[in-house]
Amino acid sequence: MDLAVFWFILIGVLWTGYLVLEGFDFGVGMLMPIVGKTPKGKRVLLNSIGPVWDGNEVWLLTAGGAMFAAFPEWYATLFSGFYLPLFLILLALIVRAVAIEYRSKINDETWRNRWDLAITISSWIPSILWGVAFANIVRGVPIDSTGTYTGGFFNLLNPFALVGGLTTLAIFLSHGSIFLALKTKGEVMDRAAAWAKKFSIGAVVVGAVWALWLQLAYSNNAWTWGALVVAAAGLIGAAWFSWTGKFGWAFIANVVAVIGAVTLIFGALFPNVMPSSTDPAYNLIVHGAPGLVASSSHTTLVVMTWVAGIFTPMVLAYQAWSYWVFKRRLSEELIPEHNELKFFTKSA
Amino acid sequence: MDALELARWQFGITTVYHFVLVPLTLGLSVLVAIMQTAWVRTGKEKWLRLTKFYGKLLLINFALGVATGIVQEFQFGMNWAEYSRYVGDIFGAPLAMEALIAFFLESTFLGLWIFGWDRLSKKVHLTVVWLFAIGTNLSAYFILAANSWMQHPVGTAFNPKTGRAEMKNIWEVLGNNTTLLAFPHVITTAFLVAGGFVAGIGAFWLVKKNRANKDDADIPLYRTAVRMGAVVMIIAGVGVIYTGDLQAKLMFKQQPIKMAAAEGLINTETGADFSLLAIGNLAGDNPASVKHLIAIPGLTSYLATGDFNATVKGTNALQAEYATKYPGYKATPDYLPNLAVTYWSFRLMIGFAAFAAATALAGLWLTRKGKITNQTWFSKLAVWSIGAPFIGASFGWIFTEMGRQPFVVAPNPSAFVDGVDSVFLLTQHGVSKAVSAFEVGLSMVVFTLIYAILGVFWFRLIRRYAQEGAPEFAEPIVNDDDDHPLSFGY
Repeated sequence: MDLAVFWFILIGVLWTGYLVLEGFDFGVGMLMPIVGKTPKGKRVLLNSIGPVWDGNEVWLLTAGGAMFAAFPEWYATLFSGFYLPLFLILLALIVRAVAIEYRSKINDETWRNRWDLAITISSWIPSILWGVAFANIVRGVPIDSTGTYTGGFFNLLNPFALVGGLTTLAIFLSHGSIFLALKTKGEVMDRAAAWAKKFSIGAVVVGAVWALWLQLAYSNNAWTWGALVVAAAGLIGAAWFSWTGKFGWAFIANVVAVIGAVTLIFGALFPNVMPSSTDPAYNLIVHGAPGLVASSSHTTLVVMTWVAGIFTPMVLAYQAWSYWVFKRRLSEELIPEHNELKFFTKSA
Repeated sequence: MDALELARWQFGITTVYHFVLVPLTLGLSVLVAIMQTAWVRTGKEKWLRLTKFYGKLLLINFALGVATGIVQEFQFGMNWAEYSRYVGDIFGAPLAMEALIAFFLESTFLGLWIFGWDRLSKKVHLTVVWLFAIGTNLSAYFILAANSWMQHPVGTAFNPKTGRAEMKNIWEVLGNNTTLLAFPHVITTAFLVAGGFVAGIGAFWLVKKNRANKDDADIPLYRTAVRMGAVVMIIAGVGVIYTGDLQAKLMFKQQPIKMAAAEGLINTETGADFSLLAIGNLAGDNPASVKHLIAIPGLTSYLATGDFNATVKGTNALQAEYATKYPGYKATPDYLPNLAVTYWSFRLMIGFAAFAAATALAGLWLTRKGKITNQTWFSKLAVWSIGAPFIGASFGWIFTEMGRQPFVVAPNPSAFVDGVDSVFLLTQHGVSKAVSAFEVGLSMVVFTLIYAILGVFWFRLIRRYAQEGAPEFAEPIVNDDDDHPLSFGY
C-alpha cells in the first residue's frame, strides 16, 4: 500500500481514538449539572475521568502532530482556515485542563462552583465544534490554487456543519452518560442511566440525518454506505443496550458507531484530504486525483511509519493497563472529606 | 500592527509563558521521583512527606504547563501556515514523535501516579513516577530537536519540484549538534529552577520552624529539602555554565550574527571584550553609537573560540555577508536581530542564573555539618530567589528566539553551496495568508488574558500549598478489595 494512504488511514485511527476517548470525558464534563447535580455527585463524575482524561487528550495532540508530519499542507490549510473555531476549542481545552486540576485544591464552595461551570462550558464548546469542523472538511471549503483557505468565519456555519456539530454533541452526551452508568454506583448511576436512554435515542436521530446527508451529498465513494450502516448499527445498538440496562455493551456499541462515523468521513473524503469548493483542481489530495498532493515526502513517511509501528502498540498497551487499574466503580457514599485548605487565610 | 507582527507577539508570549512553567515540571518531576525512591529504599517518613509536599506543587504547575503546550503545537498551523507548508515535511516529524513517544507516557503515568497511591504496589507506583519523569524530559528532547532545527537546519534539502524543504536524514535531525547542546543546557537549567524551588521553600520552613521551636520534629525534613535543592542547584549550575559555553562557541559558527548582536560587537575585533553594560543606540538604527562601559578584555573572543586573542566578526561585516549569501525574495530585509533585546536578554539570562547559584552556595554554607540556620535574611532571600532561575530561563528563550530573527529558519552556513540546497526562511514569509490581523489579534489578546488570569491562580495556589507545609505522614495502603472506592483526586 502507498504510504500516503497508510497515513491517511492512520490519521483516521488517531482521530477515532480521540473521539472515542475524549468523547466520553467531554460527555462527563457536559453532564456535571444534570448527572452530577449534588456537590458529591459532581466529585464522583470528575473522579470517574480523573486518571485518564489527560491521556485521552494526547490523542488530539498526536492526531495534530501526525497531520503536521504526514500531511503538512492539510495541517496548514485546515488550522489556518478554521482559525476561529480552533481558537475557541483551544481556549476551552486550556480552561478545562486547569479547571479539572484546580477545582478541588481549595475548600470553598464558590471556588468549586465556578470551576465546575468552567468545566461544563469548556466541554460543550469542543463537543459541538469538532463536528462543525469535520462536516466542513467533508463538505469542502473555498481553497485557492496555493492551498490557502479563502472563506471567512461565517462560511463555516452552514446547515450541514451545524447538524454535524449537533451529531458530535449528541454522541458525546450519550457516550458520557453510558460511561457514567458503567463507572458509578448509587444515585449517580441511576441518573446517568436515565439520561443515557434519552441521549442515545437523540444520537440515533441526529446521527442518521447527518450521515445520510453526508453520504448522499458529499461522498466520493459508494462503499462508504457500508461505513454508514456500521455507524448506524452502533448508535442503534447503544440505544438498545441503554434501554435494556446493558451499559458495557452500550459503550462498545458507541465505540463501533464512532469507528463507523470516522470511516464514513475519511472514506467520503478519499482521495481528497480537503476538497476545494472553489475549483476541484485545487483540492488537497492524498494521491491520484487532480489537485495538490498534501502528503510529506517518501522519506518522512517511512521514518514516521517506523516510529508509529514501534510506539503505537506500546501506547495502546499502557493506556489499556491504566484503564484496567482504575476499573472499579465510584459512588457518592465513599467520597472522602475535602482538604481544609482555604484560599486567603494563612495557616499558622 | 499587521498579522505578522501579532503572530510574532503571540508566539513570543506563548513561548515565554510555556517555558516559565515547563522547566519546573522537567526538573521537579525528577526530584520528586528521587524523593519517592529514597522513601521506598529507606522507609524514612520524611521522604514520603517531601514526595507528597513537592508532588502537589508539581501537579499545580503541570496543569498550566500542559494547557499552554496545546496552543504551542497548534499555533504553527494556525498562525504560521506558510512556515508549516515549507518545513512540515521535516519539522513535523519531531513534533509528532513528541506526542507519540513522550506526551502519552507522561500524561498516562501521571494519571496513574496521582490516583494510584492505594491501587499500585510501592514498587510499581515508584516505576510509574519515573516513567512520568522520563516522559516529561523526553518531550523536551523532541521539542528541542524541532527548535534546534529552526536554529540550524540539518538533514534537509530544498526540493525545487515541490517548493519546500524535505527530509533527507532523520538521524541528522535528532542528532543535530545544536540539539545535543541545547538539550543538556535546558535540562540543567530545569534542575536549577527545580532545585531553587525545593531549596527556597525548604529554607522558608526551616527558618520558620527553627525560630519557633528548636526541637521541632519537622526541622530535619526541611533541612534535607534545603540541602538537596542546593546541591542540585550547584551541580546544575556548573552544567549550565559548561553547556552554555559550548553552545556559545557553536553558535558563533552557526549563527554568527546572533552572537555578534548579543555581544554588541559592531565592528570586527581581535581580542574582543565582553561588556557588562553598554550605552548608545542598541535598537539597531545606528550601531556605531554603541559604547561599552564595563568590559572584560578578550572574553568575547574566548567565548567564541576558546582563544582570548581571536578575531571575531562584528555585525557590520556579517550584515553585508548575509545580504549577499541569503537574498530576501520580497523586500530587502535587515539581517540584524534586535540589538537591544539580544544584548540585554543574554546578560540577564547569565545574571539571574549566577544569582541563583550564589544563593545555593549560601544555603549549603549555612546548613553545613549538621547546622540548622535560623537567619531570617536567608529565608527571605531564598524565597525571593526562587524566581531568579525562572527569569533567567525566560531571558534565555527570548535571546535564542529573538536572536534568530529575521529568519524563522536560520540559514545553515555549512550547508550553503549555491543557494539551492540551503534551507532558510524569513519570518515574514512564514505567516499564514488565510488569517487576518483581527483574528490573530483577537486570539493573542484573549489567550494572553486567560494566561494572565490562570497565572494568578497558579501563583496563589503554589503559594498557599507551600505555606501549608509538608503533610502529615500517612502510609499508603494498597487495597485489592473490589468494593473499596478508588482514591479521589478532585
